[in-house]
Amino acid sequence: MTPHAETGPVQLALRGVTKRFRGASGPVTALDSVDLDVGHGEFICLVGPSGCGKSTLLNLVAGLDEADEGSILLDGEPVRTPGRDRMVMFQQDALFPWLNVLENVLFGLRLKPNLRDAERVEVARHYLDIVGLADKELARPHELSGGMRQRVALARALAPNPRVLLMDEPFSALDALTRDLLYGDIQRIFTQRKKTILLVTHNIREAVCLGDRVVLLSPNPGKIRQVFDIRLPRPRRINHPDLAELAGEVTSALASHLGGHEAAI
Amino acid sequence: MSRRLVAPLAFAALLLAGWEASVRAWLPGSPFVPTPTAILGWFWEALLDGSLLEATLVTLRRLSLGFLVGAGLGLLLGGLCARSRTVRDAIGWLALGLQTLPSVCWVPLAILWFGQREGAILFVTVMGTVWSVMLAVQESVLSVPPLYVRAAQTMGSRGWHLWSRILIPASLPGIVGGMKQGWAFAWRSLMAAEIFVVILSGYGLGTMLHDGRELLRMEQVVGVMAVVILVGLLADLALFGPVERWLRRTRGLGGG
Ligand SMILES: Nc1ncnc2c1ncn2[C@@H]1O[C@H](COP(=O)(O)OP(=O)(O)OP(=O)(O)O)[C@@H](O)[C@H]1O
Ligand SMILES: [Mg+2]
Repeated sequence: MTPHAETGPVQLALRGVTKRFRGASGPVTALDSVDLDVGHGEFICLVGPSGCGKSTLLNLVAGLDEADEGSILLDGEPVRTPGRDRMVMFQQDALFPWLNVLENVLFGLRLKPNLRDAERVEVARHYLDIVGLADKELARPHELSGGMRQRVALARALAPNPRVLLMDEPFSALDALTRDLLYGDIQRIFTQRKKTILLVTHNIREAVCLGDRVVLLSPNPGKIRQVFDIRLPRPRRINHPDLAELAGEVTSALASHLGGHEAAI
Repeated sequence: MSRRLVAPLAFAALLLAGWEASVRAWLPGSPFVPTPTAILGWFWEALLDGSLLEATLVTLRRLSLGFLVGAGLGLLLGGLCARSRTVRDAIGWLALGLQTLPSVCWVPLAILWFGQREGAILFVTVMGTVWSVMLAVQESVLSVPPLYVRAAQTMGSRGWHLWSRILIPASLPGIVGGMKQGWAFAWRSLMAAEIFVVILSGYGLGTMLHDGRELLRMEQVVGVMAVVILVGLLADLALFGPVERWLRRTRGLGGG
């Protein structure tokens, strides 16, 4: 499972990564010897049914959890702790309720050295503008809708301009219109800023629209089942017919791996 | 005037009238049960000669000092306990035990150690405050959602930054609750100290209450009790009311 031919050398390498949890209902193997190489500037979409270890994988790459076996290398260095080079957008929005929207977006930026405060504010406003929340910068998180909160979280993850972006279902709480707009924005940011992105989604069409590769995982134990190369030119529009065809392929692969009822994710 | 004030006011009026009438009917001139009018008379007198105001100020000065020291220590110890499991294991049981000790139990020790001075009163007040504040602070820091900490860590926050920007603000509602409780404990401890530690360096409300008993002036005893309740209520409203309202408004917290 090597990177896409057109992307750069390996940036992120997962080697035999295994993670077990001792839950209240017995031990769970969330990930079972997962191997994955992600190239510089590659966009990977992770799909799979609930509980197959997608969030677990992101947490390991983020350095928030430790693998029981195997190793994770970022530019050849083992990942041990969280770092500013890998920004995470969590499945729940994780906004800080004691800060307003602008301050939330500024949080990561303020920890970035070599910037003047005015520049930080300018950058934060720029990303709030991208997600369409320029007029909400003084609002508190509890005053926003679920979709708005997710957009703030997206702006917060993008603003410090990390090399690697780890996103856990970033668009799931958005309305279709905002989502389509953000598909365009995220692709633009991805190509212009040469980012490496790992994105978890339950929406196969979204995965095919955004990813250079779509990685299909299956649960119990969490394993990589199949990897699809998506060789469509960018920017891709979610309504493109070629995209629908590929999405159909992935969906039927998912169905055949998991049996009929579980495919309805 | 809002309609919700009618019931309590009517009840208070009824209570006072009934009290006045029954004392006059069955225990006229009793030294043990004062009438509301006698209490009001004492109140007026003590207000005019300045003694009530002075005693209140002396007591409030002691309360602020005791609360500041006690809450400050509690904050520090609570933070240390939240930060380190070893510290928590080492002194947690002590705090739990001492928190259950009524503060008046510190009085004999305080008198032996500090003599009949301000120090003894301060010591009792601090001991009555510090443990509950410490436990509340520890509890609220430990219950900060891990998601906030993880999110901050991925953005590069750690060490003191993580404490000042995440742990403290996230646990602020709990810390304010602990402070409020600490304030109530400080107030009780101080009254115990003032009643039981007789000192000359300041005449506080507790001493005034104590003297009322010695002089068999029951209207003074009950009057000071009323003032103590009033001061406690007002301080709570003035100090913690705005903070709690601010927290509720900015974070959208319901209830308390
Ligand atoms: N902290 C934990 N303690 C115990 N078990 C856990 C823990 N975190 C995850 N698991 C288990 O590991 C498995 C994978 O969880 P994970 O959150 O990675 O799934 P997911 O693919 O992200 O699912 P979803 O699509 O629903 O978000 C699940 O069976 C889950 O119950
Ligand atoms: Mg998940």
